Amino acid sequence: LAQLAVQLHRDPMLKKRDDFEDMLEERRNSSDLRYALRCYTPVLYKGLAPCKASMLKSMVLQSDQLHHVIGQVSRETGRAADDVQEEASAILEEMAHCLQLSTVRFFAFTLSKVFKTLFRSICVNEEGIQRLQQAIQEHPVVLLPSHRSYMDFLLMSYILYTYDIALPVIAAGMDFMGMKFVGEMLRMSGAFFIRRSFGGDKLYWSVFSEYVKTMLKNGFAPVEFFLEGTRSRTSKSLTPKLGLLNIVMDPYLKGEVYDINVVPVSISYERILEEALYAREMLGVPKPKESTSGLFKARKVLSEDYGSIHVYFGQPVSVRSLAQGRVNRCQFNLVPRHIPRRPSEEIQSFVNDSAYRLVRAQEENMVLKPWVLLASLLLQNHHQDQTAGQKRGMVLEELTAQAVWLRDMFREYGAFLHWPGMNTVLKVVSSSLSLHRGLVRVCGQVKPGEPHSTVTPEEELLSQAVIVLSCASYRNQGLHVFLRPALLASAINAASSNLKQEVFNSFSFLRNMFSNEFILCPGATVQDFEEACYLLVKTGALQVTQQELLVTERGQRTVAFLTSMLDPFLQGYQVVCRFLCEEATENLTEKQFVPAVRKFIIKHLLAGRLRYTEVLSSDLQKNSLAALLRLGAVQKIKSRSESFNTALLRLGAVQKIKA
Amino acid sequence: MASNSSGGGSSDRQRIAQQRLRIIAGHLQGPVDGDSAILAAECKAQGSKTDVCREGKTVPRRRQEIMKWNGWGYSDSKFLFNKKGQAEFTGKRYRLSGMIIPGLKDWMEGTFGANLQHKTPATPLLTSSAVQPATLNKAFLEELKSTGIPFSHDAEDRVFRAHGHCLHEIFALREGKFGRVPDMVVWPNCHNDVVKIVELACKHNVCVIPYGGGTSVSSALECPPEETRSIVSLDTSQMNRILWIDEKNLTAHVEAGIVGQDLERLLNESGYCTGHEPDSMEFSSLGGWVATRASGMKKNIYGNIEDLVIHIRMVTPRGVIEKSCQGPRMSTGPDIHHFIMGSEGTLGVVTEVTMKIRPMPEYQKYGSVVFPNFEQGVACLREVAKQRCAPASIRLMDNEQFKFGHALKPQVSSIFTSFLDGLKTFYITKFKGFDPNRLCVATLLFEGDREKVLQHEKQVYDIAAKFGGLAAGEDNGQRGYMLTFVIAYLRDLGMDYYVIGESFETSVPWDRVLDICRNVKARIIQECKDKGVQFPPLSTCRVTQTYDTGACVYFYFAFNYRGLSDPVHVYEQVEHAAREEILANGGSLSHHHGVGKLRKEWMRDTVSNVGVGMLKSVKDYVDPDNIFGNRNLL
Repeated sequence: LAQLAVQLHRDPMLKKRDDFEDMLEERRNSSDLRYALRCYTPVLYKGLAPCKASMLKSMVLQSDQLHHVIGQVSRETGRAADDVQEEASAILEEMAHCLQLSTVRFFAFTLSKVFKTLFRSICVNEEGIQRLQQAIQEHPVVLLPSHRSYMDFLLMSYILYTYDIALPVIAAGMDFMGMKFVGEMLRMSGAFFIRRSFGGDKLYWSVFSEYVKTMLKNGFAPVEFFLEGTRSRTSKSLTPKLGLLNIVMDPYLKGEVYDINVVPVSISYERILEEALYAREMLGVPKPKESTSGLFKARKVLSEDYGSIHVYFGQPVSVRSLAQGRVNRCQFNLVPRHIPRRPSEEIQSFVNDSAYRLVRAQEENMVLKPWVLLASLLLQNHHQDQTAGQKRGMVLEELTAQAVWLRDMFREYGAFLHWPGMNTVLKVVSSSLSLHRGLVRVCGQVKPGEPHSTVTPEEELLSQAVIVLSCASYRNQGLHVFLRPALLASAINAASSNLKQEVFNSFSFLRNMFSNEFILCPGATVQDFEEACYLLVKTGALQVTQQELLVTERGQRTVAFLTSMLDPFLQGYQVVCRFLCEEATENLTEKQFVPAVRKFIIKHLLAGRLRYTEVLSSDLQKNSLAALLRLGAVQKIKSRSESFNTALLRLGAVQKIKA
Repeated sequence: MASNSSGGGSSDRQRIAQQRLRIIAGHLQGPVDGDSAILAAECKAQGSKTDVCREGKTVPRRRQEIMKWNGWGYSDSKFLFNKKGQAEFTGKRYRLSGMIIPGLKDWMEGTFGANLQHKTPATPLLTSSAVQPATLNKAFLEELKSTGIPFSHDAEDRVFRAHGHCLHEIFALREGKFGRVPDMVVWPNCHNDVVKIVELACKHNVCVIPYGGGTSVSSALECPPEETRSIVSLDTSQMNRILWIDEKNLTAHVEAGIVGQDLERLLNESGYCTGHEPDSMEFSSLGGWVATRASGMKKNIYGNIEDLVIHIRMVTPRGVIEKSCQGPRMSTGPDIHHFIMGSEGTLGVVTEVTMKIRPMPEYQKYGSVVFPNFEQGVACLREVAKQRCAPASIRLMDNEQFKFGHALKPQVSSIFTSFLDGLKTFYITKFKGFDPNRLCVATLLFEGDREKVLQHEKQVYDIAAKFGGLAAGEDNGQRGYMLTFVIAYLRDLGMDYYVIGESFETSVPWDRVLDICRNVKARIIQECKDKGVQFPPLSTCRVTQTYDTGACVYFYFAFNYRGLSDPVHVYEQVEHAAREEILANGGSLSHHHGVGKLRKEWMRDTVSNVGVGMLKSVKDYVDPDNIFGNRNLL
């Protein structure tokens, strides 16, 4: 801790990133039909000819692992082995993809049309594509795109088809299968379907893991899945899910392949298709069930402008090099490898750390649009207005001036900012604002959009919250850039003195508190603290002496900005604590928690006791509950009378959160 | 093999007939009289009385008379590129001797990017002045003189016994560099001589390092540089007699210094063989086999050394260890032989061994099978092992090694043979659709009586056919085995042209064979790239032994080191990484080369803490003063 700064840190300014090419440009200038029917000859893993999808199934059904588990299940349940085998076969049937080039071509054609209407451009880093192509020839490849929209995996396949790269097989949630026709279409374009939960089902797990591993080991196709497990409704990266990552790393750990290349892919949308949908969902309007008719209703979406998409294929990460010195592979020497075993603690922690690293790699290469800056500024302004009880909005010139300041700050902190250089700042700002005219309006003054014709104050509040949450999700896109410095800034604010140790303690508390909310690698507190100090010192906002951390004169503005970035989250956690202290009863179930806390918050918001409408986000509420559970402030009790899933929440000593 | 091969391939049938005659003659003669009496008598009587063996000992005291001081094998046998730029193998000892090998040059250039213009010649002569002066223990020397046991502190003699055949050892010799070498060499003539030497060593606190054939590839013979005592190399090469043969029980009692080829040849004269044929059998000794747990090519019929040994006599600082009888199996606590086998010279000197012998096989037949790919080949070997019908030897070479073997084809004299070769190639690659860059070859050796061999052969070929294997003739098989004897000579040729390399082995369960082969080969290639090797390395493997539950896998690895400042260091790093990869893939630390000092660091992980403790406590009891101080194993 003593020797801060200096060492370790690469200068964020120097991060080398590739250039982008707009792949839609060619689509606008040449025939989509010819494009969809063109000769498609991707390079393959070690130049092997891939086997048929049906062949794949029989390989899975004949695998040692599945045989073993079938035997086990049949012994445990007393069912005939043939019977279990049939069930396995049915599971596989339900799960398996049947990638067909004709369907892919159909999608290539349709999506070209759709994308051209929806988006101004789809920018891809071609160097990344080349690296991917290389990686595919060397080792089996796992693609890990970020997940912000349903669009993601269609987009991925579309890009790979365009660049003549082997089409991936994609792990998709079973809910898609609800859309009969579409589900089958997706299946034929390479999606395979997994149930959302199959915790105890040995057979299911076995079929599933063997299926994924077989595809990977034979280099059938790149395997693609979402590390975050589901679409992030808040544009913050989600805590990675480890199940599939465990499965795809297994063949390397057991020596069945020499190495596996994992390629993080960052997909950034200038405007997310599901923007308002997400906000409503977090406010308690449940997510509409995926259905084909729903999809057609979504057609009105087609008439709008969604700006551009940036897709960045990151540096392939070799699982071998990740595991170097971390995992002793000899642990698999003494038990036949086909007998499924729980991963050892060593492996669990390795996979967990790797997952965090990969999510951070995704974050790092997320392209930030000017709107991210504007949303941050507008929100902060909105909150100040809120406190002052006014509804002023912001003067365009001021917004522009602040945007320049913030732009430079983003750059200094190493953000991957896409700021059109040719245009004047004002032009950039105006064009951003007009793209997001659903959220903000320029009317002499700029301010977050006003809801119309509201009836009750509660409804007014909620419809305003939709706007605020949408804006917040854009602000969140840039949060990872400032997260560590912001934690430090808040820690400095909260600490009782400037003593380094005090600040560190306070930093460490906040970091621990927020580790369900943000991507903070477990066990890296000191590293994060040093990184934060380094960044703040480098940008002249902070002075570090032997003993103390001092905010400089010119650093005040930075620190204030950073602190107010985290403020809504802090208040959210506080209010959840207050709710638990004041209102929670012995028999509050997990299901009831969100509605109850929402009611509590609405009450306080309407009474003007809370500043941030954002705390209405159910995502924030769930995360804070998870954090309190993790910290032992709240306990989960299994009740006898209730069903298995429900649990009682009992309040322990609620941690004091500093204001 | 070597003894067979000197005769040339033309007279196989003749040779077999002679062998049969000898066996019959042996049976008629009955056991050799009075050998037990001879054993008890003076042991310096070599040559004067009726030992079973009389003459034709391969290894003289002064090894330099017939062997290279800085390379493998006999001085008269080596590969070189003649004035026409064609590779040829000199001498008269091997089938390949005196032949032109037209494909070798292209293969070396193609595989390694080597160039005949870029030579790295070895230091031609051993300069004695470069050798550290001997630290002699005067009192020990005086007493030793009085025993009359021959000894020497000549620099050449000492340098010869300071190394095995690891790459770094030979590389240093070629550069004329010597590290710590033994201070003197002694040549005991019999068990009693060894007893005396060890007694004196204990008395005067002298370090003893036993030396047999000098073919170690585990740094086992390297003198620990930190050793300050006088180091005595105890060369067993003169203890090389067969003391008796017991035809009723089919055993032979042999002095441990005898080298493999002599043992086999002498037994053959009486119509017997041990069947123990490690690839190094021309030079490695019986005592060395015991001390390292050696394995022979034909172990499927005859067993490995632990199966062959009936009785061992070893001289330790605590005295002589041996069993009291020759029962074929005993339940008398842990088998003390297993403390001795694999002790790698850390506990004492093996002086005499009673071994199983077998009547010589009536009929031998080579064979080979071509598989479309390595995976099929391994599947076939696994099936053969499952049905327990492995021939005397069955080995599967991967594609690179198949090409290597091809490059070693001697020039064919007749157009007809080359035409036939062309036809064969055409049939396999075009007609059968084998990819010449993927196919691989299994070589086979059958032994036994003629009818059974033919029957056995059919069984194996039938299994092979199920895995897409095609019989590819005796010739290919025989050449495969020849390769094992000349490969060490080839390394010397490589070292003349910037190419260094080595082989190493492991044993692994069946389900891991393919994975380990793929991963270790890939690791070698990657490490070479990472370490700055400018040319793609040769990274190849073969499965050389089959067991019920697994197989022995051999890796060959070589690269062109032009452009590297410290090639040996790079080589060692790569080999180290390869061994890590082997262990991570469920392979053993060693199948038969042993641990020595090269692989010591992994011993604890291999046998557990308690295991190391057990071995240590044995060492502490048997040799408390670390007289046998070669520091191998632990």
